[in-house]
Amino acid sequence: MPQMIIANRLRDGAVVFLAPNEAWEPAIAAGAVIETDADATRLMDVAKRHEGTCQVIDPQLIEVEVKDGQLRPTAIREAIRAFGPTVRTDLTEVDRK
Amino acid sequence: MYRYDEFDARFVNERVAQFRRQVGRRLAGELTEDQFRPLRLMNGLYLQLHAYMLRINVPYGTLASKQMRKFAYLARNYDKNFGHFTTRQNLQFNWIKLEQVPDILQHLADVEVTGIQSSGNCVRNITADQYAGRAKDELEDPRVYCELLRQYSFLHPEFSYLPRKFKIAVTGSPNDRAAVAVHDIGLRMHKNEQGQVGFEVLVGGGLGRTPYIGQTIRKWLAPEHLLSYVESILRVYNMNGRRDNIHKARIKIIVNQMGIDKYRELVDKDWEFTKNGVLKVPDEEVARINSYFAPPEYETLADQTEALAKIRSGDRAFDRWMRGNVIEHKVPGYAIVNLSLKAPGKTPGDITADKMDAVADLADRYSLGEIRVTHRQNLVLVDVKQSELYELWHKLVALELATPNLGLLTDIICCPGLDFCALANARSIPIAQDISHAFTDLDELQKIGQFTINISGCMNACGHHHVGHIGILGVDKRGEEFFQLTLGGSSDQNASLGDRLGPGLPQAEVPAAIRKIVDAYLVVRQPNERFLDTYRRVGIEPFKSAVYGEESKAA
Repeated sequence: MPQMIIANRLRDGAVVFLAPNEAWEPAIAAGAVIETDADATRLMDVAKRHEGTCQVIDPQLIEVEVKDGQLRPTAIREAIRAFGPTVRTDLTEVDRK
Repeated sequence: MYRYDEFDARFVNERVAQFRRQVGRRLAGELTEDQFRPLRLMNGLYLQLHAYMLRINVPYGTLASKQMRKFAYLARNYDKNFGHFTTRQNLQFNWIKLEQVPDILQHLADVEVTGIQSSGNCVRNITADQYAGRAKDELEDPRVYCELLRQYSFLHPEFSYLPRKFKIAVTGSPNDRAAVAVHDIGLRMHKNEQGQVGFEVLVGGGLGRTPYIGQTIRKWLAPEHLLSYVESILRVYNMNGRRDNIHKARIKIIVNQMGIDKYRELVDKDWEFTKNGVLKVPDEEVARINSYFAPPEYETLADQTEALAKIRSGDRAFDRWMRGNVIEHKVPGYAIVNLSLKAPGKTPGDITADKMDAVADLADRYSLGEIRVTHRQNLVLVDVKQSELYELWHKLVALELATPNLGLLTDIICCPGLDFCALANARSIPIAQDISHAFTDLDELQKIGQFTINISGCMNACGHHHVGHIGILGVDKRGEEFFQLTLGGSSDQNASLGDRLGPGLPQAEVPAAIRKIVDAYLVVRQPNERFLDTYRRVGIEPFKSAVYGEESKAA
């Protein structure tokens, strides 16, 4: 199962994904999709380093899938983090997609 | 209302400045998250799923209109235009930026509000009957004692690092609207045989993973001993509470493991040394605090029963609202008006910035500038002239704050659940919305009668599911959300914990299950029975059969 790295940005708490260029992006589509254990280890090292330099909090690997043409976390909790509250989809439309 | 004195104002301002420095150090990388977390929690700042969440104390649920206006300002300028009132009578903002928190706290301090002790292992916001000082059935205003306890416990050095959080609730009325039996300490005012007003003290109540109804540790306590006795309860807890296991750290676990008699013995032993010491509350101090809660200067008015009856007979919608949402005031000619935050399909407890401003304006125009927050996540205007009820109702209707469902099935308590909360296992708000959409007929709601549904998205029970007539608990089963129903809970003066009905249900089946329970109740109810009365009379079986079918009997 492909994975991504999710975290909260320190300064504003926003949900962000680690991108291939090692930047943190609010849009899941901009995040790096990890296919191998080696890449997972390498990118988690990057994420932990960024945690140490106070860019993000609590980076974690999550499983993702492509569903209806859209990249999304498999777990409900992480999907809600990625796309915002299911009861207020208006709140995060601008921020995350 | 209580007003900060010079000391309070200076102290809170200094704390804001201190937190500003702490945030600066965190952003500069001088503090790790592990070092910073306890500092932010002490100011009510959590990190939730989408952003930081700031919890703001509303002491004993009482707000001035200027404070509500400040909430509106903050919602508009620092959040996403809304806030959420909680079962602890507090307000939560869900989309807060860390770098802006010091400015937000300064704005709050400017109107005498803080987030201090709205989180952490300390004495939390002390809650009270939302009708305090105005209810006809009240012995005394409980907020005087809430404020006394607040001042005493605010950053108390001995009790700032308790084994776990500590919640106190006070009611001055025999009709408990403050859920005191499910608090770490519950205080019920009543008269002793000599006719003196004092407190029945309950201890060890609580919900969460291991729910308990509080037990009476003292049948009557003189108000002058309130601080010393509460201190002894806290001290015994602080010395004996489990710090090794977060799930066993609340006072309820200790009280129930050692037994109420042993706990009482330890408290009394400690109290012997303190009861006549410096914590004995002088009458002058009670009088001083009491003066802050002195009733406003009411006009001499007559009750408007006949005039209102005439209007009600010609306006059915107004009549329905009067029956449900308007409560008798202790002063003739006035009324207590409940503003429902449970319009169909809305998130219970949520309110937009514009509506906050509107409520503040209505409080100034119609209710002497005061607003109350209820633990059932509604708002109250406590001093409305009966002659102005019809005019006020029209304005509330326009604001969608006049849904006449107070105490009825759609007056649902609901925690933020997995849509917002980092602890949740399941979404609770969609369940509340689904149920409110399934029961929109106001005639039917009135026919069903008094009915509470409380929903929590995890076993921490912020939605008080254990004490709902129907409780709904969201659980995660192998990555899918399911909802367990409990029946027969209550948080009033005859508090009880609900009984589990059966296996969890998927979200889509919950409204239909509620419908089946209601239908079964309507078949067996006797005249004037609430659902809870019927349940206590007939037990769980008819409802189990209704939801799970006859085969449930064999299970």
